[in-house]
Amino acid sequence: MRREAAGPLDYLARWPLRLWIGLVALFLYAPLVTLMLFSFNESKRNIVWTGFTFDWYFKAFRNAGLLEAFTNSLAIAAIATAISVVLGALVAVACWRFRFPLKPAFEGVLALPIVVPEICMGVAMLVFFARVMPWPAGLPWPFNLGAIIIAHVSFCFPFVAVIVRARLASFNRELEEAAKDLGASEWRAFIDVLVPHMRPALVAGALLAFTLSLDDFVITFFTAGPDTVTFPVKVYSMVRFSVTPEVNAASTVLILLTVALTAVGLRLQGRDMARSRGI
Amino acid sequence: MATSEEQDWKRARGPFAAVFTAPALWLLAFFVVPLAIVWAYSFGETTTPTTIEISGTFRHYVRAFDPVYLEIFLKSAWMAALTTALCLVVGFPVALAITFAPERAKAWLLLLIMLPFWTNLLIRTYALMAVLRREGYVNAGIGRIAEALGWQFDPLPLLHNNFAVVLGLVYVNLPFLVLPLYAALDRLDRSLLEASLDLGAGHLRTIREIVVPLAMPGILSGLLITFIPALGSYLTPDLLGGPDSQMIANVIERQFKRANDWPFGAALSFILMYLTFILIAGQTVLAGRRRRREP
Repeated sequence: MRREAAGPLDYLARWPLRLWIGLVALFLYAPLVTLMLFSFNESKRNIVWTGFTFDWYFKAFRNAGLLEAFTNSLAIAAIATAISVVLGALVAVACWRFRFPLKPAFEGVLALPIVVPEICMGVAMLVFFARVMPWPAGLPWPFNLGAIIIAHVSFCFPFVAVIVRARLASFNRELEEAAKDLGASEWRAFIDVLVPHMRPALVAGALLAFTLSLDDFVITFFTAGPDTVTFPVKVYSMVRFSVTPEVNAASTVLILLTVALTAVGLRLQGRDMARSRGI
Repeated sequence: MATSEEQDWKRARGPFAAVFTAPALWLLAFFVVPLAIVWAYSFGETTTPTTIEISGTFRHYVRAFDPVYLEIFLKSAWMAALTTALCLVVGFPVALAITFAPERAKAWLLLLIMLPFWTNLLIRTYALMAVLRREGYVNAGIGRIAEALGWQFDPLPLLHNNFAVVLGLVYVNLPFLVLPLYAALDRLDRSLLEASLDLGAGHLRTIREIVVPLAMPGILSGLLITFIPALGSYLTPDLLGGPDSQMIANVIERQFKRANDWPFGAALSFILMYLTFILIAGQTVLAGRRRRREP
């Protein structure tokens, strides 16, 4: 779309800006790349390269606490994402399709979890699960993680709602009416017409919810009990006392997982986008 | 356009209830109620270690203006403002380059900025600790150079101080500013920029007199999106900061965990929340006024 030769506004072609972007990339990535590199380092001291090894990965894998925290995090993220996508999609449809009393106020409250500082929400969850609804102890996995899952859904589903709502704005309501004229019930029209249209937003929302849940430290830190530790909470306690390449190894696994998820998400979205453009 | 097509809920009670009930109840039970309890506690007194009586006192709010806590509020605001300013300085050229980059390069550059943003916050903070530690990569690197040159070198105190906190906040929040900046710059009418350049204004002058004023609403909202999380950040000052770099969130945490003074912690967290709301409201008013002034 843009000309081949560098135009006057093609700032990327200028060396000072290239240098600047290079430096910013170095600043953003150097810490992460060194963290990943040193997870393969033989020496326990995290600073001098002595040789290549996979030992820290085996150690991290055998570290029962770390492994449990890791699976907890993944389970919480998966369950919270599933609930968030359903709730987010429903509320987006409700606000998009219906007029109801106090709607602006409701929409304001719905946006609150996005803007409220994390610490305030963490504190609220702590108080809620300590005084109002203590989560029963000793439930089988993954039900023992219920309190954390509930907290995560509360801050994830409004994000899903925002994404789905934006997507619904481009929906042609006549399609739904046509379906109903042709005899489809409300339910059929919803499932066969509206949901397919929402799908790219549902995928994007699910990915965002999964990342937000996996990433969260503060709110989890206030909701987690001694036997419901997530990966960030576990790493936090490990980092406080000592720095070991085990943490590097576990972090590397999580970073690669995030990158893989991002790639899958971008690919899915690209395909969905291409398809909806084709229609 | 869409509003006229909205259906009144009374005309379709069944479908409305089907989509509205579950999310509304969730929001009420697991968000509004917890916050309301904290709000009520901020007017309460701790009577026994596990009970709080709501007595309607404003004592905790008054105590928040005690010089000790006022100083922490001011310091948090200052650190967040410094972080936002640094993010703007670092991020503006990046956003500018992304905006006018060819399509393919643009996608890659956006990914470059987004990817660390999706990476776990704790991992990023930990990675930064490894870089800044006394025996971290920066000190080791300088140390080796100094050794080769035969100089005496004492490791720099890079971690556990205010410098580390601001650096960490910039590191964590930079994408928060670059993305809205990019969105704002991308909406600009390019012909205006080209006209300015054609008429002989230099690039810096064009940026100062055309780009910045036109993109101001977007820049302001980007600054706000960066400032708010920076103001309430907990993890960065906790892990990278020293004993004197506590921010509001750390004080709130202490009230709820070690100090066990929930009412005071509740008051502090609601003050933080009110500050956030005031900022957002101020920005909305400004944006509204700007929109009205424009034809």
